[in-house]
Amino acid sequence: MLAYTFKRLIQGVITVWFIATATFFAMHAVPGDPLANERATTEAIRKNLEARYGLDRPVTEQYVLFLGNMMRGDFGISFTQENRRVNDIIRESFPVSATLGILAVAFAAFGGVVWGALTAIYRNRLPDLVITFLVILGISVPGFVVAALGQLALVDINAWLGFSLLPIAGWGSIRHMIVPSMVLGLGTMAYLTRLMRSSMLEITNSDFIRTARAKGLPPTRIFLKHQLRNAILPVITVLGPSIAAITTGGFVVELVFAIPGLGRSFVQSVQQLDYTVIMGTTVFYGAFLVFMVIVVDLLYGLIDPRVRLE
Amino acid sequence: MSTPAHLTPADFAPAVMERHVHAISRPSLSYWQDAVRRLRANWRAMTSLGVVIGLCIFAVAGPWIWQVDPAAQDVDQISQGPSLPATALIVEPGTAWAGVTKEPTASGDVVANLRLAEPATTQTVRLTWEPVVGATGYVVYRSIYDPAPDRALGLPLGDSLGANRVSYEDRLDLKPQRYWYSVVVLDANGAEQQAYETFSVDVVRAASIEEAQARGWTTQDAALTVGTQLTLPFHPLGTDYLGRDMLARLIYGARVSLFIGVVAPILFVLIGIVYGSIAGFVGGRLDQVLMRFAEFVIALPFLLFMILFKIAFGIGPGESGVIPMLVALVILDWPPTARLVRGQILQIRQEGYVSASQLLGAKTGYLVFRHMIPNTLGVILVTLTFAVPSAIFTEAFLSFIGMGVAPPTPSWGSMANDGIRTMLSHPHELIFPAVLISIAVLAFNLLGDGLRDALDVRMRGRE
Repeated sequence: MLAYTFKRLIQGVITVWFIATATFFAMHAVPGDPLANERATTEAIRKNLEARYGLDRPVTEQYVLFLGNMMRGDFGISFTQENRRVNDIIRESFPVSATLGILAVAFAAFGGVVWGALTAIYRNRLPDLVITFLVILGISVPGFVVAALGQLALVDINAWLGFSLLPIAGWGSIRHMIVPSMVLGLGTMAYLTRLMRSSMLEITNSDFIRTARAKGLPPTRIFLKHQLRNAILPVITVLGPSIAAITTGGFVVELVFAIPGLGRSFVQSVQQLDYTVIMGTTVFYGAFLVFMVIVVDLLYGLIDPRVRLE
Repeated sequence: MSTPAHLTPADFAPAVMERHVHAISRPSLSYWQDAVRRLRANWRAMTSLGVVIGLCIFAVAGPWIWQVDPAAQDVDQISQGPSLPATALIVEPGTAWAGVTKEPTASGDVVANLRLAEPATTQTVRLTWEPVVGATGYVVYRSIYDPAPDRALGLPLGDSLGANRVSYEDRLDLKPQRYWYSVVVLDANGAEQQAYETFSVDVVRAASIEEAQARGWTTQDAALTVGTQLTLPFHPLGTDYLGRDMLARLIYGARVSLFIGVVAPILFVLIGIVYGSIAGFVGGRLDQVLMRFAEFVIALPFLLFMILFKIAFGIGPGESGVIPMLVALVILDWPPTARLVRGQILQIRQEGYVSASQLLGAKTGYLVFRHMIPNTLGVILVTLTFAVPSAIFTEAFLSFIGMGVAPPTPSWGSMANDGIRTMLSHPHELIFPAVLISIAVLAFNLLGDGLRDALDVRMRGRE
């Protein structure tokens, strides 16, 4: 297990290096000029700016510098927000995105397990059909439409109640977090519900459930102890990839609900071509996602002893 | 020893062989015939197939049937909902109006008999009313809502100075809709009175012959006469915030979205097949190297790199940005197919029929084309079908954050993005593209489910 953990971590580090390199050269292949704005009016100012951002050096030297700084955890200074370090931007906005993401994953996992179990219990009866229909809807409606409609619904609810039940945008209190995290988790929840349903149905027909019934265990005990516990396992495996889905989905939700998270600053930096912020955020996000997948894989090995990790 | 009485010598005669006892009564079905039969029996998959074909026809044949330029702006009909063709009244060119002057006869603090002096058109609204004794002037307000509940009179259009000046001409940016005009009396000190008189006016769209021709509503000079109703350009699904025809944009958007959604998966699945079969077939060190590389590409955060590549490729002026998106999708999305194909190839290599074929002297090329590819085709087809909705989603997501196709090229994603900004006042601009995206994604998903049930032997009977 330890050797495996070590091997996965090494692989993760190489992947992050790969991400950083690809990011660096992709950004340097961008046509145009990072300083092509009104600030670099004269040649002297331009020279100064280039020296400040290290753009006057050869690309290979810039690359080595970039890797060196990155290893020390320094992503440089923003191009568009003067004197702001990319590290500060990440430090301020990442906790917001992380909170939103954790809430969304929790909501998606809980909802997915509950709805999936319900559909399996009421197989082919009304609750199953209704939930399955909603799941299909949740999978086929794009995330930004869900976010926009969620906000619209909240506006209507607030107007109908006559007072602000939940704020429609912004960040700060728990009340701000409820609707965005639900909207963010909805797609994943639909996917997990589907997975949970098929997993439950598969287990219902397995031998150990029949044995448990045969030896006269009470149905609730069979359901909770034997069926649900085993059916949850596949849900845990896809949690790793869903963290990635929820992170990128966070871009949309943060934009729609005006939440000052990392996704929003990434999208803004992309729209303003803020090179250092794009590179820093990409490498940070990439490293985060790579290691989340590793963590989930390792957790899976701990939870399910049957899994023989290769 | 006695002979049993019930047996006769005839019982010992040889039996006559009855033919066709073991004949197969139904025609034998090949794998693909069986798959088609299963697919046909699945009504959800068949409906989805119909929807997919319908969407393709919509995208391909649409521009021939609905010949409207998706980039043309109709400034007279901006953000208009789905409606029947609008008409415009042809009127004389606008002339100056002398107005109405009248001595006050009736007393009171509210103007009486507020009315139109002439029919109201978008060219001009001419109001007149009965004068009030003691008034020093009148203020005219215009609102697009009924001011009754809380005296929201709207926009102060202007003063009509003098007690005898009892008319007002409104030519300020009139739209073909209902307006509420309110007139307030100014007292001896020149202060506005609380009381007011309101009158609602339904303004008719109108234009002079010259204006109609200048706006491109008509091309025939002779056909126009004053007083006729002219039919305006028809937008069955309404227009967007720049006055562009929604139906035309949806058709061209379908071309872009479905092109990216279908062509990108086909390309990366082809690359994945080649890559995966080389790795699986050659094996050994090359396999190791190829698969490590594929794993790294899989580990890349997909959307981050999608955005990064989109920036790196750049979009030149006048380009639509469809090709860069296609290339970025193909670069990032091939590894899962490659892994899948490699796994399949490795598995099939172990099968008895491949060994048998090899023993009989089959060459590598024959093995690949006769055994490997046909046997992986089912799985590949299912992968391809499921890749389409995710490509459509990716396109929509990128367009939403402004990294999609460049305007004015429409795609469903960029249309939905535009629609979100105006969703409170003009929901149709969001609903149509969003519904089309959802229908396309749903149809491909259900079709993929059906194909998997029909083609994948191991998945049969499972949910």
